Formats: sequence, C-alpha cells, structure tokens
Amino acid sequence: MTSSLATVSYIGATILFILSLGGLSNPETARRGNVFGIIGMTIAVLATVFGPRVTPAGYGWIIGAMAIGATIGLFAAKKVQMTQMPELVALMHSLVGLAACLVGFASYVDTSIEFTGAEKSIHEMEIYIGILIGAITFSGSVIAFGKLSGKIGGKPMLLPGRHWINLIGLLIVIWYGREFLNAHSIADGMVPLLVMTVVSLLFGIHMVMAIGGADMPVVVSMLNSYSGWAAAATGFMLSNDLLIVVGALVGSSGAILSYIMCRAMNRNFISVIAGGFGTGGGAVAAKGDGEPVGEVTPISAVDTAELLREAKNVIIVPGYGMAVAQAQHTVFEITQHLREKGVNVRFGIHPVAGRMPGHMNVLLAEAKVPYDIVMEMDEINEDFPDTDVSMVIGANDIVNPAAQEDPTSPIAGMPVLEVWKAKTSIVMKRSMASGYAGVDNPLFYKDNNRMLFGDAKKMLDEVLVALKS
Amino acid sequence: MIGDYNNYLPEVSMSVTIGVPREVFPGEKRVATVPDVVEKVKKLGFGVVVESGAGDGANFSDDAYRAAGAEIAGNAAELWAKADMVFKVRGPTTDEVGLIREGQTLVSFIWPAQNPELMQQMAARKATVLAIDSLPRTLSRAQKMDALTSMAGVAGYRAVVEAANAFGRFFNGQITAAGKVPPAKVFIAGAGVAGLAAIGTAANLGAIVRANDTRAEVADQVKSLGGEFVKVDYEEEGSGGGGYAKVMSEGFQQAQREMYAKQAADVDIIITTALIPGKPAPKLITADMVKSMKAGSVIVDMAAEQGGNCELTEPGQAVVKHGVTIIGYTDLVSRLAKQSSTLYANNLLRLTEELCKTQKEKGDGTFDVNMEDDAIRGLTVIKDGEITWPPPPIKLAAPPPPKAAMPPPAPKGHGHGAGEPASAKSLAITFGLGALAFLFVGAYAPASFLSHFTVFVLACFVGYMVIWNVTPALHTPLMSVTNAISSIIAIGALIQIAPPLTGAAEGRADGLILGLAVLALALTAINMFGGFAVTRRMLAMFRK
Repeated sequence: MTSSLATVSYIGATILFILSLGGLSNPETARRGNVFGIIGMTIAVLATVFGPRVTPAGYGWIIGAMAIGATIGLFAAKKVQMTQMPELVALMHSLVGLAACLVGFASYVDTSIEFTGAEKSIHEMEIYIGILIGAITFSGSVIAFGKLSGKIGGKPMLLPGRHWINLIGLLIVIWYGREFLNAHSIADGMVPLLVMTVVSLLFGIHMVMAIGGADMPVVVSMLNSYSGWAAAATGFMLSNDLLIVVGALVGSSGAILSYIMCRAMNRNFISVIAGGFGTGGGAVAAKGDGEPVGEVTPISAVDTAELLREAKNVIIVPGYGMAVAQAQHTVFEITQHLREKGVNVRFGIHPVAGRMPGHMNVLLAEAKVPYDIVMEMDEINEDFPDTDVSMVIGANDIVNPAAQEDPTSPIAGMPVLEVWKAKTSIVMKRSMASGYAGVDNPLFYKDNNRMLFGDAKKMLDEVLVALKS
Repeated sequence: MIGDYNNYLPEVSMSVTIGVPREVFPGEKRVATVPDVVEKVKKLGFGVVVESGAGDGANFSDDAYRAAGAEIAGNAAELWAKADMVFKVRGPTTDEVGLIREGQTLVSFIWPAQNPELMQQMAARKATVLAIDSLPRTLSRAQKMDALTSMAGVAGYRAVVEAANAFGRFFNGQITAAGKVPPAKVFIAGAGVAGLAAIGTAANLGAIVRANDTRAEVADQVKSLGGEFVKVDYEEEGSGGGGYAKVMSEGFQQAQREMYAKQAADVDIIITTALIPGKPAPKLITADMVKSMKAGSVIVDMAAEQGGNCELTEPGQAVVKHGVTIIGYTDLVSRLAKQSSTLYANNLLRLTEELCKTQKEKGDGTFDVNMEDDAIRGLTVIKDGEITWPPPPIKLAAPPPPKAAMPPPAPKGHGHGAGEPASAKSLAITFGLGALAFLFVGAYAPASFLSHFTVFVLACFVGYMVIWNVTPALHTPLMSVTNAISSIIAIGALIQIAPPLTGAAEGRADGLILGLAVLALALTAINMFGGFAVTRRMLAMFRK
C-alpha cells in the first residue's frame, strides 16, 4: 500500500469517526454510529499495518498484541454489569493514558527519524506534553476507577495547601521541560522526562482524590477529554493527522460533556477541578440557620403501592441509589404493571444523576424501559404540578428544593427536578443521611412528602408484590 | 425585624394561650379548632382554652376537648380574657370586638374589603388581626393554610348532596329488572375549587357532569375529575388574576347565555358557583331558563350570599318555582360542620406552625407575626392596631436579596445550547486570547507543524459542532464510543513496532521500542475491542 493510499484511507476513517459521533444524536441512529466507528477503526488499523510505516517483520507482534488485547477487552465488555459502567469507562481511559505514555517514551528513544532546529524542539515538546497528559490521564483514571468502584472512599481528600502543591508541581514540570529541551542526548533527557512523568502521575492522583463523589460525572467526562488530548498530542509527535483529528474529536467531546455536566450542577468547571465539594470543608459551615425543620412522614411499601395504583400520572426520578441497589429491573416491572393499568408512568432524569453522564439512561435501557418515556429534566420539570405521585429512588441532591429556595445553600442555583410540586412525592432512601453534597434536604420535611426507608431493591420488590395482590 | 411579638413577652418565655370561642353568628355550626388539632397545637408549646359548647354544632363535646388537653372556659368573656391569640371562624361581632384586648391576636375570616367598619373597630382595640381570607393564594407554600379552598371544597360537596336530596331520582344510570333508569345530567357553572369539588362528587355518584368556566385553562381539570367541559362559542380569555374570573364582554355574555339556555333545557341539576371578587354574583340563570327546565329539576345556587347566579334565588332558602327546586342556602359549609371544622382547624394549625417558624426554641410556645414573610404579610390586615391591608403586591418566586459585595453571576454558556449568548466582553477576551495564541504559533512554529495544527483546530471545531447534537440520554454510550475511538492511539504504537529502517537508525534501541510499542498496542486493543463491544451492548438496549 502506498503512502497516498494510506492517507486516503485515513481520510475515510476520519469521516467515519465523525459520522459515528454524529450518529449518537438519537437512539435510532446510534447503533449505526457505533458500526461506523468500528469500520473506521478497522480501516485505520489496516491502512497503517499495510501502509509504508510498518514492515512485515512486525506482523507477528501486531497480531499477538491485538489478539491478547481483544480477548481481554471483549471479555470485559461481556462481563461488565451496567451498573459498573462508570468504573469500566474510567479504567479504559487509564489504558489510553498509559498507552500514550508508552508511545511517547518509545518515540523519544527512537532515533530513526532525525529532527533539527525548531522541528526538534517542537517534536520534543510534543513528546513532553504527550507524556504529561498521558500520565495525568492514567493515574487520574485509576483513582477515578477506585472511587467509582468503592475501593477508595468517595469523600474528597483535601491536603492542606493543595493548590500550592499543584502550583509547585506545575513549576517543576515547566522547569524540567526546559531541561529536557536543552538536553543533548537521549540519556540526558531521560531524567527530566522521568521526573516529569512521576510528577504528572502524582498530580493526576491528587487531582481526582480531591474531587467529591457527586462531581464524578464531571471527572469521568474530563478524563475522557484528556484521553483524547493525549491521542492528539501523540499525533503531533508522530506527525500523524488521523491521530490528531480523532484525538481532537474525542478531546472536544469530553470537554463539552464536562461543560454540560458542570452546567447541570450550576458549578464552575474550575471549582470542580479544584475539588473539595462534598462532605468536608466549607460546605458544612454554610449550613446552619437554613436547616429545614419539621417532621418526616414515613410510609410503608403497601401504602406506596396504594398511592401508585390510584395515581393517573407518575414520574419516577432515579438516582445513584437505584444503581447501587440494582433495582432498575424491579422499577421496570412496576412501571410495566402500572402502565398496563393505564397509569401514565414516566421517568425524569437529571443530567448528573448517577456517576457518569447518562448513567441512568443506560440502566433504564438495560431494564428495557422504553426510551420515549424517559425524559430529560427540562422536558419534564413543568409536568410535576399535574403529577399525582413523584417517586424518588435513591436520589437526593438532584431533587433538593433548597437549590431554588435557599440562596445560602451550597447547591443554590443548581437546576433540580421539582418533585415536590407533585401532589405527593415519595422518597426512597436508606436513611436520613444527606447526599454527596452534604446538604440537608428540605424536601423530606414537606407536607406532601413521604419517606419510604429501606434498601431500594427490597422496598420496590415489596411495592411490586403489593401492587400485584 | 418589625415588631417582634416576643418583645411583648417577659424575658422568661411564657407560653401563649390560644382561645377558641363559640361561634355566635346565627346558624353557624363550625368551630375553629377540633380535639385532634388541640393536641398538635399543644405540642407546639401553646396552651389552648375552648369556650364551653364551642364544638356542639360540629359534634365535638367539651369533654373531647378536655381529653385533648384543652382548658374549658365557662363563657366568652372569660375566654377572651385568658387568650393571647383567638381562633375564630366568622369575623367578630360588635360584642366580640369589645372583648378584644390590646396586644391580642385574632385569626379569623374577616373580608376586610367588605367590612371596613369592622376593621376600624378592631384597629381601635390595638390588636393584631390575621384574616385567613386574605392569604396570598398564589404562593404554593400557602396552600396548606388556604381555608377558602378547603371551605369551598366542602361547599361543593355539600351542594351536590343538597341537590341529590331535593332531586327525585338516582344520579347514576341503572338497568334494573324494573326498567332502565337514565343517569342524571348535572351542569356546573364555574369550575373553581367549589365547582371542581361538585364535579368530582357528582361524577362519583354516577351522573353525567358538564361544566363551564370563563377561564379556558380549567378545561383539563374538569376532565380530570370526570366532567365534560362545555365551551362558550366565543373567543375571549377570562382569567382575572389570583385564580378568579373577571367580567366578560357583552358579546361573550350573549354567547354564554345561549349556551346556558341550551344546557338548562337539557340537564336535571344545575349547580352555580360563579363569583367575581368585590362584585355581585353574575346572573347566569334567568327566569326563562328556569321555566325551560324539566319539572323536578334542581338548582343549587352557591353564590346566593352574593345575590345569586339565578334570578329566582332566595338567599338562605330552598324554594320551588316553576316546578324547579332552587336551593339558595348560604350555610352549605356549616351544614357539614364536623368536616369543615376539621379542615379549618388544620388550616389554622399550619398557619400556627408558620407563625412559629422563627421561634427561638422548638415548642417554646411563642410565635411571631413576621411581616417579612410573604404569606404572613398578606394575612395580616391589622398589626398592633395599625391597618396593614391591603398588602403590597407580592413578588412571586422572590429573588434572593441582592448582596452588594457580590458581582453579577458570570455569564454562562458560550456557544450552542446555552441560554444567552456570551457577553460582548467575554467574547472579545476569548477572541483576543485566541488571536494572541495564533500569533505566537504563527511566529515561531515551522511549516510542518502548522499543517498539523490546522487539522487539529478544525477537528476541535468539528467535534464541538457534532457533540452538541448528542442527546443527553446517550451520554454514556457517547463516552464509551469516544473512549473506543481514542484507542486510535494504537496507530502510534503500530508504526513503532517495525518501521522501515533507513541508515540513520543506527544505535536505535530496537528491543526497548518494540517492547513499549507492543505493550501499548495490547493495552489499546483492550480499549478498542472492549469499548466498541460495550457500546454495542448498551445501544442494543435502547428501545422504544
């Protein structure tokens, strides 16, 4: 395959990738989008393997490495439960980050292509930046994986003077960057490169450790973005336009997602990254006089079933609690039962419900809930006043009226699902503990609110039994 | 804070006593509190004293109140003397006004607009008066205190019961061994709270229910209760603010009369609830319409107190004219005294809780008429002898008090999807920075870099445009597919595995590079295959 043919194949692959992302604009075309992505990737890999930059001597290695990777990847994809999706995605981001680092190092020690003057500086800068981003992506994703899978606590870990630590890290990276560019031999350059890698790894760990569980959707999409930038940096390093384009596509996609998530929480991107939102630090101090007063009214599963049966319009608002309890299938059975009885059941999804963007949609889709009754917050919020029962399953901050009513609340201004406007709201929760934001929820004390305490799965099972009897 | 009530109390917090007198208005059977509520009020830390016989009309005995923890006062004078705050149903009579003490608080129906003299008298007693009828009803928080609504609901129910009592037939259609019984047809004029309650009650009894209202937006509510909304064939919107209707144009009224005439000739029962605030009730049912009704039909005129919606209504009476029973009772609510008293007592309990919101300690038995609170401000018509009615218009969804030190919120959302466009200033800054960055790149970077840079910048823009179209429901698949796509980095590894080497490659650390590249390739392959496979699995689940 000639160089021109390879380039043309790359253009084809690029177009397919763009179509692939474009296809996700709605569920009908999304499957096709994924197929486009697969075809694009196949073309890109084949064009490279049979292109001018790879000699047949490497085929054995390539097939071996791909086969091992493919086996592990397909096995993981098959085994993973939908509730574990955020962890899996985070873990995969770390692989991209690690690969970017490895490619960067390999490129640095590779002397087969000579650069001179400004080109050499730029090439080295690209390597440096590529490894930097790759390392941050890698360690950050590993920590995110740990937090999402519960191996590391969800609370933000706030070191004293953490902003200073980050700043010092940045200065070290810049300083060694200069050293690296001035290095005359590969051995000379290796020390600054390794120091920078270690600093970046630590920075990635520190950054994600400082972010609270509620901000995880932002973190996951941000790491997604980083993995894209890492690929783009690698593309610059290797003078490969396909890598640059795809890296930029992925990078900007992740950046936009992060932005959307931040907007859904009415938070500034910088403040999320700076971390510290959650159960520690200043958030607690902001409580105090705004604390809601009153009594909560508990309700039994049987009474819940009664309320649901008599309702005409029901909106279910799922949260992370539903994912944890694996209750989505029971939710669907209840939905199905009610819909057969003529009850209009719909779902209201908050953009940051769960631990990654679109988490709830995936869980509901897994349980076979038809997507046309799954609504976004903006679509459904105005329907709450006409709703008889709104049922909140394991969500807290995203239904907190304090965001609208209490300007001193740490979550003030965050758009929330207005479940309290329904005639009755039922909140399913294990206890009265506050959500990740560490803010008490006045919803629980409202007159028209009932609390159904217990594990979501267990309680929903009881509700289902009561409904059927 | 303006006039904190606590200031009038001694330092050692003395708990407030709430007094509930017997209603003296002729025929009034309601009472302002019931034993159940007495218990709850006591839990808030208040003392309760009830006049002997106050609950008789509503079937609550003195003993029942006593059992709930209330003290019983022998007569009105004793009660008014003991109480710091008095709960009543009807506004005070002249005699009762004479019993009001300075500093005392009265909660009751007052209708300040209709009773200016009463207002003056009460103001002269230097009391604080909360008129439950002046509650700002548009505040959703106030709904639990809205006695007008709860009373109207009771009245609507009772109107149907009165109609059924006077009507000689079943409401529901039946097919019996003795023959077929047609269902009663009920027409309800005005679909406010009372009208809606009547619609629901009549529909539950099995009647065919039709209803009309000048406010077109209530059509859905009518339907939701099982009624059929009858439209007036004329375009005009009749919402007059605050949930009431306004006076309509002549053309509309003409069309409305025709519709009413048609309905009158057809239906068996008419229940009218049409009221316009501060004006006599509109005459919807003319004498001719009454004549056109079938013998044995019933009209319940719920607006009788304001002159009636029917020309032939005699307020307070049930009369038979042209073979049609016209019920003009003005005490429908009082005729269901136990129910209405319970609801009213609950409304007042909620009000009491609102008054306790600012108390220093839970259950310390003090309260505060907080004039900063929209709901309480609206209710308070006299404050320490000063007439504070009408209240200033309330701002719905009042914005948080502006903080002087805080700069206006930074404009959010550049680009698509965001509400407002970015401000000119931030746009200028963005462009300025962008131009500087480009200038820098252009000045120092070599040509080969620039061509890549062009591709990079354009690709960022394409990504930006494409991603905004992705539906939020698919954000997880989007992430997993972009993640899979980012394994394009495999290409980087591929071209390092076995590149065509030229002479310049002497001293190349082949083994190391190969090792790194193969490892990188294996890692990305996990991602590539796993990512696409998991996306496929997810997307397969999305179904209609």
